[in-house]
Amino acid sequence: MTPETAILVAIIVPLVGALAIALAGRFSANLREAATAITSISLIWVVWGLLPTLMDGGRPSIEVSEIMPGLSIAFTVEPLGMLFAALASGLWLINSIYSVGYMRGNKEKNQTRFFACFALALSATMGIAFAGNLFTLFLFYELLTLSTYPLVSHKGDAATVRSARIYLGVLLSTSIGLFLPAIIWTYSLAGTGDFTAGGILAGKLDDPEIGLLLGLFVFGIGKAAVMPVHKWLPAAMVAPTPVSALLHAVAVVKAGVFAITKIIVYVFGIDFLFDAPSSQWLVYVAAFTIVTASLVALRQTNIKRLLAYSTIAQLSYVVMAAAILKPLAEVGASLHMVAHAFGKITLFFAAGAIYVASKKTEVHQLRGIGRRMPWTMAAFTIGALSMIGVPPTGGFVSKWYILAGAFEANNLVAIFTIIASTVLNAAYFLPILYMAWFEREPVGGKEHGEAPFLAVLALCITAILTLAFFLFNGPVIELESQVVKGLN
Amino acid sequence: MDLLAHLPALQVIVPMLSAPLIVLLQPRGLAWAGATASALVSFAIAITLTLAVLDGQTLEYAMGGWPAPFGITLAVDALTALMLLIVTGASAVALLAAKPSIDQQIELERQPLFYSAWLLALSGLVGIVVAADAFNIFVFMEISSLASYILIAGGPDRRALPAVFKYLMMGTIGATFYLIGVGLIYMMTGTLNMADMEARLGDVTDINPVLVAAGFITIGLALKAAVFPLHVWVPNAYTHAPHMVTVFLAACATKVALYVLIRFDYMIFQAALDGHQIQFALFAMPLAILGILVASAVAMFEGHLKRLLASSSIAQIGYILLGASFVSIAGLSASAAHLFNHALAKGGLFLAVACLAYQYRDLRLSQLGGASTRMPWTCAAFVVCGLSLIGVPGTAGFISKWLLINAALGSGAWGWALVAIILLSSLMAVVYVWRIVEALYFLPPKEGEVAVSEAPMQLLIITGLVAVLNIYFGLFPQVPLDLANSAAVLLVEGTK
Repeated sequence: MTPETAILVAIIVPLVGALAIALAGRFSANLREAATAITSISLIWVVWGLLPTLMDGGRPSIEVSEIMPGLSIAFTVEPLGMLFAALASGLWLINSIYSVGYMRGNKEKNQTRFFACFALALSATMGIAFAGNLFTLFLFYELLTLSTYPLVSHKGDAATVRSARIYLGVLLSTSIGLFLPAIIWTYSLAGTGDFTAGGILAGKLDDPEIGLLLGLFVFGIGKAAVMPVHKWLPAAMVAPTPVSALLHAVAVVKAGVFAITKIIVYVFGIDFLFDAPSSQWLVYVAAFTIVTASLVALRQTNIKRLLAYSTIAQLSYVVMAAAILKPLAEVGASLHMVAHAFGKITLFFAAGAIYVASKKTEVHQLRGIGRRMPWTMAAFTIGALSMIGVPPTGGFVSKWYILAGAFEANNLVAIFTIIASTVLNAAYFLPILYMAWFEREPVGGKEHGEAPFLAVLALCITAILTLAFFLFNGPVIELESQVVKGLN
Repeated sequence: MDLLAHLPALQVIVPMLSAPLIVLLQPRGLAWAGATASALVSFAIAITLTLAVLDGQTLEYAMGGWPAPFGITLAVDALTALMLLIVTGASAVALLAAKPSIDQQIELERQPLFYSAWLLALSGLVGIVVAADAFNIFVFMEISSLASYILIAGGPDRRALPAVFKYLMMGTIGATFYLIGVGLIYMMTGTLNMADMEARLGDVTDINPVLVAAGFITIGLALKAAVFPLHVWVPNAYTHAPHMVTVFLAACATKVALYVLIRFDYMIFQAALDGHQIQFALFAMPLAILGILVASAVAMFEGHLKRLLASSSIAQIGYILLGASFVSIAGLSASAAHLFNHALAKGGLFLAVACLAYQYRDLRLSQLGGASTRMPWTCAAFVVCGLSLIGVPGTAGFISKWLLINAALGSGAWGWALVAIILLSSLMAVVYVWRIVEALYFLPPKEGEVAVSEAPMQLLIITGLVAVLNIYFGLFPQVPLDLANSAAVLLVEGTK
C-alpha cells in the first residue's frame, strides 16, 4: 500500500467498519464487538503505517475530486495531522475496549447504533486530520458534528434531546455563520485554500482585517470551545461516558484546536501573524478562557461537568500556545494535544467506571471511594496530576514547552495565565483526590467494588500512557519540530 | 435529417400524444406503466439533447418545416437542456416511484385520467421550455396549468379544492398579465418569435409600451413562479395535492415560470431597454431577500410537514431569483445550478414525505412519533436530502450556495450583507430541517396506534436513489455546473 492509498483507506476503513458493525449487530453483540475491534486495529495499522514516511519528511498527498476550479477534495498528511490521526486511532481501540465494558455494565440500549456512529465519527476525524485544504477540512468537520449528534442524544429522553440541540445548534451555527465565511474570504483572497507551509495569506491582507479573519476562524471552529462558544461542551456531557471520553476529550475537541493550529501555521503562517498586531487578541481571549473555565470548574459539583470545564480550559492552552506564534510554543501546542488526550481520557474513563460500579455522579459522593476502587482512583490521580502538570506525567512536558515558547516571545500574559491556571487546576483536583483517598465513606452507602474488567483495563492503559509520555516523548517532538523547521 | 434533429419536437410530442392513449388503458396498472414509459422516453430524449448541447451544439427545430419568423420554432440551448433534465427527470422519477402512493390515494377507475393529466402537465412544461416564441409559451403554460389543477385536485383530500381554486385564480391572472405583455410587444414589433423580438425591439422608437409590457410579463411570470409576495397559492396547493404530484410539481413547476422570466428579462428586455438591468435588479433583489427571510421564518414555525417544505420552496425560489438579480455570469450560473440542486433536494424530501404519508395519515410534525424506528431508511433519506437543502458540504445544495455566495461577493459593495443574509437563511434552514428530524427521531410513538413499517420497496428505492444523487452531485457536480455555466454565459453575452 502506497502512503497515498493509505490516506484513503484510513478514511474508508471506519466507514466500512460502521456498516459491518450495523450488520453484525443484527446477529450477535459479540460479533459486533469483534467488528469494532477489527476495524480499530486495521485503522491503527493503516494510520501508524504512515509514520515512517512522515518521519523521513514525506508529505503524501492525493486529490479525490475537483468539485469546482480551485475547490477540491484533497488530502495531505503533515506532522500535525499525522499526530492527531495516530492519537485518535490509537485511543479508539482503548476506548472500544472500555465502551464494551461500560455499555454492557450499564445495560445501555441501541448499542449497535452507538458503535456504528462511533466508527462514522472516527472516519470523519481521519478526514479532518488528513485534510489538504480548507474545504475538505470543513466538509469533514461538519460530518463529525453530524455523526456525533446521535451519540450525544443517545439516551433520547427530553432533557438529553434538549442538550443535544444545544450541541448541534452551537456547532452548526458557528461553523456555517463564521467558519464558512472565513473560508470563503480566504479563497477569494488567496485563490486557494490549500494548507501550505508558511501560509497562503502573506501580503494579501492588511492589519485590522487579519485579526477579524482570525476571529472568524477561531470562533467559527466551535469545537475548540474558546469562550464564548463553549456552551456545547458541558451540554454534550449527557452522552454516555465513552463518548465524552474519546470524542469530547480527544477526537471532537482536538479536531477544533487542531484545525485552529493548522490554520495558524498553514493558512496564515506564524511569521506573518506574529508581525500583525491585530492578531494579538487571541492570546488574551485564550487566557481569559483558561482562567474563567478553571474558575467555573471550581464550582462544579457534577464530576463530568467539572471535567468538561477543565477540558475547555485545557483546549485554550493549545489555542494560546499556537497563538504565541513561536516555534517552541507550536511544538508545545501539539504536545499538549497528546498529553491532555491521555490525561483527560483517563479521567473520563474513571468517572464512567465510578458511575457503572456505584451510579455516583457527584463530586461529594466520592468520599472514601479510593478504597473500594483502588485501580480506578489511582488512574484518576495520575490523570489529575497530569492536568495540573506535575512530573512525572505528560502534562508537565507540554506545559514546559508552552512556557518556554512564552518566554521566548516575552509574552507575560501567557506566562501568568499558565501559572494561575496551574494553581486553579490544583485547587479543584486536589480536594477530590484528598476526599477519595483519605476521607471516610459515609455509613450506609452502596456496597460495590471495581467496574467491569474491560473498563478498568482500559483506564489503566491510558494512565500508563500518561506516565509514559513524560519519558518517551522524543518521537513526537522530533515529528512536530518538522512543522516549524526553518522558522525563527 | 437524423433523429437527433427531431428530438426537440419529440420532447413535446411524446408525452402529449401518449396522454390520450393512456386514457384507453383501463386494466389495472397498465395506465401507470404506459405513463411511466412515456415519461422515461421523455427523460431519455432530454439526456440525449443535453449530451448534444454539452458537445457545443445549439439545436433549432422548425415545426412543419416552416422557418422562423413564420412558423413555430423550438430551440434547445444550455439553459433549456438543464431545465429539460429537471422537468423530465422529476416526472420520470416521481412516476417510477408513484404506483403504491397513487394506488392508495386515487381510485383505480380514475387513474388513467389522472396519469393522462400528468403527461399533459409534463408536455406543457417541456413545451414552455423548448418553445422559442412568446405565444406558444403561453399556450403551453395554459396546458400545463390546467393539467396541474386537475392533478392537485385529484387526490382524496377535499381541502385541495379551495387550494386549487386559489391557484387557478392566481395562475390565470399571471397568464393574463403575461399575455397582455406579449400582446403589447406584438403591437410594437409585429412578431412573436423571441429572437425576432429581440432584433426588432432595437428599432422601436416609442419605448413606453415596451416598458409596460416588461412590467406585465415580469409580474405575470413572478406570480406563476411564486416569487414572494405572489406566492400565496403555493403552501395549500402543495400541501393538499396527492403526494406524488407534490414531488413532481415542487421539483419543477415554479422553476419553469422562473426560467421564462429569466429568459425574457435577459434575452429580450435587457437588449432593448436602457437600464433594464438595474430596474430588474432593483425589482428582483429586495423581493428575493424578503422571500428568503420571510418564508424561512414561516417554515421555522410551521407545524405541518408538507406545508413547512412548501414554505422552504418559496425561500429557495428567492435564492434563484437572488442569483439572477446580480445580472452577472457568476450570479446566473449560481441560479441555474440551484434550479437543478434544489429540484434534487426538494424532490427527494417530498419523496420521503410520500413514503411517510404511506404509513402516517396525519403529517403534522407532532404526529410523526416513532418514525425513525419504524421507517429507518425513509428517515435516513430524509436526513440526507434535508442536509442538501441546508447546504451542508458534500451535498448538492452546498455547490449552489457556494456559487451564490461567491457571486454575492463579486456583486459590489453590498456583497457582504448579501452573504450574511444567505448564511442567516442557511441557519434558519438548519432550524426547520432539524425540527423535522427531531420529530422523526425523538417523538415517542402515539399510544394505541397500529405499528407501521417501511414504505413499499418501489417507493423506498427511488427515494434512496435520489438521496444518493444528492451526495453524488455534491461531490461530482461537473455536468450541471457545465450546463449552468454555459447557460449563464449565453444569457449575459447574448445581450451584447
